[in-house]
Amino acid sequence: MDYTVIIGLEVHVQLQTRTKLFCGCSTKFNPDHPNTQTCPVCLGLPGALPVLNREAFHLGMKTGLAINCEIPAFTKWDRKQYYYPDLPKAYQISQYDLPMSQNGWLEIELDPETREKKKIGIIRAHLEEDAGKNSHDESGRGQDSKVDLNRCGTPLIEIVSEPDLRSAQEARTYLEELKLLLTYIDVSDCNMQEGSLRCDANVNLHVHQANGETVPTPIVEIKNLNSFRGVEQAIEYEVQRQWKHWQETGLSLKDVPKETRGWDADRGVTLEQRGKEDAADYRYFPDPDLAPVTVTDAERERVSQELCERPADRRARFEESYQLSVYDAAVIIDQGLAVADYFETVAESCGNGKQAANWVTQDVLRELNERGLDISKFPIQPDVLAALLQKVNAEEITIKSGRTVFQELLNYPEGVPGIEQIQNIIEDKGLALVSDTGELDSIVQAVVDKNEKAVADFQSGKQAALGALIGQVMREIKGADPKAVRELFIAKMS
Amino acid sequence: MSVSLSQDDVLKVASLSRLKLSEAEVNSLGQQMGSVLKYIAMLDELNTDAIEPMAHAIEISNVFREDELQTSLPREKALSNAPQTDGNYFLVPAIL
Repeated sequence: MDYTVIIGLEVHVQLQTRTKLFCGCSTKFNPDHPNTQTCPVCLGLPGALPVLNREAFHLGMKTGLAINCEIPAFTKWDRKQYYYPDLPKAYQISQYDLPMSQNGWLEIELDPETREKKKIGIIRAHLEEDAGKNSHDESGRGQDSKVDLNRCGTPLIEIVSEPDLRSAQEARTYLEELKLLLTYIDVSDCNMQEGSLRCDANVNLHVHQANGETVPTPIVEIKNLNSFRGVEQAIEYEVQRQWKHWQETGLSLKDVPKETRGWDADRGVTLEQRGKEDAADYRYFPDPDLAPVTVTDAERERVSQELCERPADRRARFEESYQLSVYDAAVIIDQGLAVADYFETVAESCGNGKQAANWVTQDVLRELNERGLDISKFPIQPDVLAALLQKVNAEEITIKSGRTVFQELLNYPEGVPGIEQIQNIIEDKGLALVSDTGELDSIVQAVVDKNEKAVADFQSGKQAALGALIGQVMREIKGADPKAVRELFIAKMS
Repeated sequence: MSVSLSQDDVLKVASLSRLKLSEAEVNSLGQQMGSVLKYIAMLDELNTDAIEPMAHAIEISNVFREDELQTSLPREKALSNAPQTDGNYFLVPAIL
């Protein structure tokens, strides 16, 4: 007997608007100043009326289109009723039967070796308002809980996948690809620490029995997944727990209603949250305070035009157009849109994609990490790096000298260095490649004359002696072409 | 057409609304809610075959505001109606 793992994800993403979904309060992440970003609308005071934020709906459409959804011509708002202290109205404004986007998909790569891809279906993506934030007394003495309503009313888009994911690893890959896509199209910063991207996972097993029948185990919704690692670990744990539970009890989906469990990252377990008997009954109904929204073909078309190339397409194009390895293309794309643009400018203007990728993935990313910089603040502009790489390509300087120039450009004291600085540095440091044998010849001769012992060592077969001799010449002329110097020595000493 | 609400129906609605009802209230509310539903059931007499479903009582759509910051309430005002605060947060009986 074995089983198939069935997973569907519900992902909540905060849309990057300045103000909340239905009022003009700020959406800034501001936990140190609780309850300073509220008004009668988001506090749920009697008589206050919500009005839809145009930009939030626009970003919602952009998201829906990016995940290949239909955007229906008509959509409306519904109230989802439940009581919790972080929800002052005692209902959340959400969308029930007519969401603003539906029937989409996102393609993920299952295996970087085989390049096998899989389309994950997306049932729907709808807009809703976020709740506030509760903080609980951790002392165990049962003190009051604290409520901060700054986040209450912040626009979220909830993206619900089909149960198409078959392993914890697939779920993680889907989530990573979704996050990358949403940051590329600039609808969310997807900052998981600040709660801009949160995930719930619906998990069960299809148990294949010896008689050929397949029995589904009860569905469990795991809440509170706020890291990629958490998603993966929680699903792995839950799969083992359900398998054990099935073997012990034989209870199937028909016997047990859907259960909600919370992921406890510290203990590495899922814990039952909501009793099975009081399964949620949200009593949705249309919100009379908000007018429906209609969308025309022209609007849909206009928003589609705003979408940039999707990261998956761009990854494939980088491999194809610049002959990048799968690995290099992925490293560059995963760094985000700004790094991908930087790379592409360098590759285009230096004319060597592979070389541009080496420098961007090694030198540039290392410096960004070490300096804690964002690419937008990187002192070396892409056209300057391209000009430097062209000099290396044209063998005007060695790769080693190229790295010296790179460091000098980084440390340029007067703001952002221009292309002309490259030549200045090469001249100041004497880095121009000297392969003119006339000039090199006299220095090599002088070194041979001064180092009788090393010459004798080399002649008696000690190759190591040659390195020391070459080093002396390189100290004399920094830009000396090491290949030419080596050949001259061998010619003179043989 | 008669509509009646069972005791269980009343108790379920009460529990969803976090209301604790006495037995007398369960009976009287059951009757009252039954007559409300009966009144609304008059709508069933209409033939709505050719009528488009509506999502809103007023025929308007696309009412937006621009994404522009408005001044929020000062914290003391935001907290002023709360039964209990510590000056920074709303305080509620321990959750969890």
